Amino acid sequence: MATESGTASVQHETHGAHATVGTYVLIGVILTVITAVEVAVFYIPALASVLVPILIVLSTTKFVIVVLFYMHLRYDSPLFRRVFFGPLLLALFVVIGLIVLFKYLPRFDPI
Amino acid sequence: MATVDTHVPGAAPAAARRSVVWDLMTTVDHKKIGILYGVSALVFLLIGGLEALIMRIQLSRPENDFISADLYNQLFTMHGTTMVFLVGMPIAVAFFNYIVPLQIGARDVAFPRLNALSFWIFLFGAIFMNASFFVGQAPNGGWFGYANLTSRTYSPGLNIDFWALGLQALGVASIMGGINFVTTIINLRAPGMRLMRMPLFTWMAFITSFLILTALPVLAVALFLLTFDRFWGTLFFSTTAGGDPMLWQHLFWLFGHPEVYILILPAFGMISEVIPTFSRKPLFGYAVMVYSGALIGLIGWGVWAHHMFATGMGPIADAYFTISTMIIAIPTGVKIFNWIATMWGGSVRLNTAMLYAIAAVATFTMGGVSGVMHATSPHNLQQTDTYFVVAHFHYVLLGGLVLGLFGGLYYWYPKITGRFMNERLGKISFWFYFLGLHLTFLPMHWTGLLGMPRRVFTYSSELGLDTLNLMSTVGGFVQAVGVLLLFVNVFRSLKSGERAGRNPWGAATLEWATESPPVEHNFQKIPTVHSREPLWLERERIEADAFGPAEPMHMPPSSYWPIVTAAGVVGTFALFLVPVWWAPLPGFAWTFIGVLNWAYEPTH
Amino acid sequence: MAANSAVAHRTSTGLDSWKLGFWVFLGSETLFFGSLISTYMVYKNESVVGPFPTEILNIPLTSVSTFVLLMSSLAMVIALDAVQRGKRAGSLFWIMAVIALGALFIGFQAYEFTHFYHEGLTLQTNLFGSSFFILTGFHGAHVTLGVIWLAILWLDALRGKLPPEKSLRLEIAGLYWHFVDIVWIAIFTLIYLIE
Repeated sequence: MATESGTASVQHETHGAHATVGTYVLIGVILTVITAVEVAVFYIPALASVLVPILIVLSTTKFVIVVLFYMHLRYDSPLFRRVFFGPLLLALFVVIGLIVLFKYLPRFDPI
Repeated sequence: MATVDTHVPGAAPAAARRSVVWDLMTTVDHKKIGILYGVSALVFLLIGGLEALIMRIQLSRPENDFISADLYNQLFTMHGTTMVFLVGMPIAVAFFNYIVPLQIGARDVAFPRLNALSFWIFLFGAIFMNASFFVGQAPNGGWFGYANLTSRTYSPGLNIDFWALGLQALGVASIMGGINFVTTIINLRAPGMRLMRMPLFTWMAFITSFLILTALPVLAVALFLLTFDRFWGTLFFSTTAGGDPMLWQHLFWLFGHPEVYILILPAFGMISEVIPTFSRKPLFGYAVMVYSGALIGLIGWGVWAHHMFATGMGPIADAYFTISTMIIAIPTGVKIFNWIATMWGGSVRLNTAMLYAIAAVATFTMGGVSGVMHATSPHNLQQTDTYFVVAHFHYVLLGGLVLGLFGGLYYWYPKITGRFMNERLGKISFWFYFLGLHLTFLPMHWTGLLGMPRRVFTYSSELGLDTLNLMSTVGGFVQAVGVLLLFVNVFRSLKSGERAGRNPWGAATLEWATESPPVEHNFQKIPTVHSREPLWLERERIEADAFGPAEPMHMPPSSYWPIVTAAGVVGTFALFLVPVWWAPLPGFAWTFIGVLNWAYEPTH
Repeated sequence: MAANSAVAHRTSTGLDSWKLGFWVFLGSETLFFGSLISTYMVYKNESVVGPFPTEILNIPLTSVSTFVLLMSSLAMVIALDAVQRGKRAGSLFWIMAVIALGALFIGFQAYEFTHFYHEGLTLQTNLFGSSFFILTGFHGAHVTLGVIWLAILWLDALRGKLPPEKSLRLEIAGLYWHFVDIVWIAIFTLIYLIE
């Protein structure tokens, strides 16, 4: 977090690159399409074996798109990204860790 | 605003008599809130200590009947819960509050009213939990509340409800504090105060705040699962329904292990201020101290199940957690060496604060060594649930946290009060406490390895541990003398301590460029810094700014909405004890009204 | 309150403290929902008795409610744009749109919960019931709080108290709203689409 400290006044929504309403609508369309694809994949029996990886990729894509564009992280200071994605990574670690511990590791069964 | 503005809505300046209480209830000043936290924590230290002494009396002899088993369970539960949540965390936050804004050259924290809210939720929540004693149903499931002992089936009374609801409220307060300090440290630093120029104490506050922000929500979920099981019949820990009590343990320790780093890192920060000041040398290896603190915080997230080696997780999990726990000893050990290296070749002054700091390093190291023994999972099967564990964590906590904390107290007392604590009494109280703690906990390494289980209200003479237990009890009272003398010192020095100037220790960091105690707005003009030791390297310019003419500034006004809202928050949790479905609704309404008024209150 | 940037105040990063603090809060919330999701995943397929997820989850219906929530996020960014540009009518319309879509989502949830109840799935029925209702329940509570928050801001806008200088208030409410949306993205996939 090597941030410069100085007498910077609060930046009041001044950003160079900034999404327009048109961009937002386009993203809304993309999100809808991805959701439709997710549901479609769910219903296609032939894809059952790769359902989970596909869904995870698609959902992560939606997640990232909303965070970067709707929540404006793409255009804002990198600092916001760090204070959000740091804990988020930790949360992922917790979810995966608990799934592994409970579902995948051989345990000693009580007698 | 062109002048210092301390607008207090609704209070005329001349109403001095009744206004002390009102002032404290409505203050948003980080220094006053820090004192409120500190005084509260010290009161709870006495309560938690009393709980320990009663336990030790019970354990002074085998087959003793000084207290019942049931009361013993309540005491060891509340002793642990109190010391961790009502002493350890609040005292850290007390110093974060008072010292961090001064150290970074700010006038207050980022969110002053949120700061007040955190305190009042803490105080009301702490009172709520302790009120359980008055109905004879204090929490009795251990500070770690293992399921499914804590289920409604096996704990039918109100004890665990007090515990779960109270702790939930305290967690909310802590998370808000975490948000406040992270934002403050990132955003309110003086010009020139780059992150790698911040004092170590502020760095540790920063890392601790991240740990609080990430660990407390996990506890919140665990407590919700438990509360839902107890109140609304969910099946999270019901084995017949397929539920797994291990889930509680994992969630609790996912919180619980970062929690112990939340407890110790602030003390490490204090030690890192005291030792350089009284060695008249900069901290050795500043960058390493910062990175090791960050690493401890991060790796601390990967070691939690070392509290669960005896639960049958399987060899892969056991191996992983053994290795990760040993790895975390490395950044911790690095700190020990750096503190020693700071003193090496320095001009060491052994006053009370320094004695405490050095003793903290030594004692903590002893606790760390037994920690490595616990980390080895095969050893752990022998050691777990015995007094060997009790020995370990009391060594690191009383050693690292309490001794470090007392050192910080002697160090910053002159800044907070404008007076020194008495050195002679300080040294006497130090030796009582230091010797007492070793007399209490050193024998426990033996009692533990010789087979005495923990959390038992009595033991058989056939174990042959009578003398060792008696020694521990005597040691407890020796500690008590030390603590009482410390309290005497705190109070007496308020009135009759030798007056202290602005920088009585000749220290290096910005908090010493203020009056003792500081004026409400801390600095006349926020100074610009160009170094890590501003008062050693650029004193004149900084003091010219700090004590010169006042620059235009705006101070946040007082407000009663934080205390009102806090009453709503804790009240809502408390109302869940009332067995009517709509009981918490007034609490929610009250809280909502408090928040709404707060949001629309003018602050300029 | 916070976003009164009429008084310019210096910060070390040049960033607004309220916005920074709120992102920090959202970071913390990921751990909260992460733990609830972990509980659900750990207990997936562990229920001893039914009803089981495949018997009772309504994918088409939930796909629609997911779409509704996604669209509410779109409405949210359009609303923020309107407020930032001082467009009163647009602000009122689009903030109300978010509220309406959010309320619609809650309506779908309420329908789902009552339907499940009638099918014999409650908090106390089995692990699926317990973990499903607590996860989606807390999420729904977050949505509800968001709707209330936005309603208050809508009233502000109505009374002319949400000018461009105060747009940060809506921006922060928007961050909260989008966060609740992305949590739902995770929930929809993990609960409904993955068996």
